[in-house]
Amino acid sequence: MGTDILTIRDMSIHYDTPRGTLKALRHVNVNVPKGKIIGVVGESGCGKSTLISSIIRLLAPNADMASGSITFDGKELYDLSEDEMRGLRGTDISMVFQDPMQTHNPVLTIGRQMTDIQYRDDKTAEQKKARAVEMLTQVGIPDPEARLEQYPHEFSGGMRQRIAIAMALMARPKLLIADEPTTALDATLEVQIIKRLEELQADIGCSILFISHHLGVIAELCDEVVVMYAGEVVEQGSVREVFHSPQHPYTKALLECDPGHIKKKTRNLPTIPGEIPNLVDVPPGCAFAARCPRVFDECHTKRPAWTQIKDGQHALCHLAAKESVQ
Amino acid sequence: MADTENTKTRGEFAEIIYHLVRDPLGCTGFVIVTAFVFIALFADFIVPYDPIGLNIKDRLQGPSAAHLMGTDQLGRDTLSRVMMGSRVALQVALPTIGGAMFIGILLGMIAGFGSRTVDNAIVLFFDTIRSFPTVMFALAVVALVGPSLTTVIFVIMMTSIPTYGRVVRTQTLSLRNSEFILAERSLGASVARILGVHILPNVMGPLAVLAAMDIPTVIGLEAGLSFLGMGVKPPTPSWGSILNDGYSLIRNTPWIIVAGGIPLILTTLGFTFLGEALRDVVDPKLRGTK
Repeated sequence: MGTDILTIRDMSIHYDTPRGTLKALRHVNVNVPKGKIIGVVGESGCGKSTLISSIIRLLAPNADMASGSITFDGKELYDLSEDEMRGLRGTDISMVFQDPMQTHNPVLTIGRQMTDIQYRDDKTAEQKKARAVEMLTQVGIPDPEARLEQYPHEFSGGMRQRIAIAMALMARPKLLIADEPTTALDATLEVQIIKRLEELQADIGCSILFISHHLGVIAELCDEVVVMYAGEVVEQGSVREVFHSPQHPYTKALLECDPGHIKKKTRNLPTIPGEIPNLVDVPPGCAFAARCPRVFDECHTKRPAWTQIKDGQHALCHLAAKESVQ
Repeated sequence: MADTENTKTRGEFAEIIYHLVRDPLGCTGFVIVTAFVFIALFADFIVPYDPIGLNIKDRLQGPSAAHLMGTDQLGRDTLSRVMMGSRVALQVALPTIGGAMFIGILLGMIAGFGSRTVDNAIVLFFDTIRSFPTVMFALAVVALVGPSLTTVIFVIMMTSIPTYGRVVRTQTLSLRNSEFILAERSLGASVARILGVHILPNVMGPLAVLAAMDIPTVIGLEAGLSFLGMGVKPPTPSWGSILNDGYSLIRNTPWIIVAGGIPLILTTLGFTFLGEALRDVVDPKLRGTK
């Protein structure tokens, strides 16, 4: 475990809602090795955002960590005081958000925001400005000196996302969390941002937790992939293993639904039949049982175990557990 | 923080003034307000006569070359009194607006960013204050401590706090969950930094507009309270006391009431124009689009 920058063990997060306790994350296991890019896929509402918020410890006030632990760089995150945690944010753990149009303060210049976030560094204003210029150059903003004087609305969406990345990487963090950073951008920009992220990651040597809907981007960018379904991590493994020999039926179904994988012309795109379970009243067995094509009796009654399939690949499925025993 | 300020061709403040005077409405407002402040500051040197000097021989005159706005029942030059009166108006407007804004920002931010209990308590405080009619409140305070300019300032400031506090609270509430605030928090900004560096500049725009529009109200209130005899004591001239004199002498001469009303109307218009123009200028997104 010494090679992991972030380890999440058996973590459950519950939301207290008027309809009852919503079990947004249940017994989740994720590890992020040092210097690797980990992709997280899953449909809307599967708990990706809760997972991120829990790592950065900015959960909604009605959220409660029911069990588990998050270890970052050898420290148990939930043992830290609020001040210690704030010390980590932006220095060791940074974050890039989904919508670049919303992530900057509209009434402050980019330069003001980029220098202000360096408030922890013991530098003069000139040095901070120089650092901001350096970061803007690295993310490929032309004429950075002049650009510092401009307001966010004077930049395009792609540029704003690059500025957000520049701000997040300013302190050379050990872990960057990217929450669908390319979803709001068009395909050409998506490629550019991905390339830029790859270069920066190689330069800084940080780990990246990359959340995305886009399987193609995950395959292109990431070393490992984490598949989430209805508040559970159902599979984690290297991109090659998971994409070529998915162990969990949900991963298989998800890959079959990816339009990029469909070779034949068809009128009807493949879908996964059924609905995601109600997270307030979670079925006792496997969360995917109701939609699983290979379901059997045990799936409805007993929760599957987090099973190692082979080195580095895990799945949460009774079938995988059986097959690995055989 | 000033060293990281705009280093383009001009600073943020100069930028606002520049765009303000290019707008005809803003320019008119700016000129009137500047003239008002200038007269208030230098009234001692530019008044043609001593505003409290008696000259019974020339009492109750109409406008003439010697007395542009005529004289009152004691022969005092009305123009000089109006000019001196602007000083009282400014003396009341600045501390009340400044004080109310400061307390309003403080309480509004605490309410908007704090827990629901704190929020409820502060909103209750605002609503309590607002439920008092200003003049009634003033009468009560005057009955307790006696009429003076300080009393007027205190009363108007207290009753103006909710106006600012509510705007700040609403803005803070809507901003606290916005994505850029979350982004700042995820980059390690403390609550103080979020409030001071990120929310305050977002609040100042609407607040500046509100203040510019509120100044005439405050001056009007002071005039009203002085008119009722609760403000400045004679012989100190204020626009309200000039109006009061004019009111009792309206059968003798109409000029005093006209002279007291004109500056009141002009400053009201001036500050309102300025506020209207400011609204378009303080938002960097709208700046220069007209």
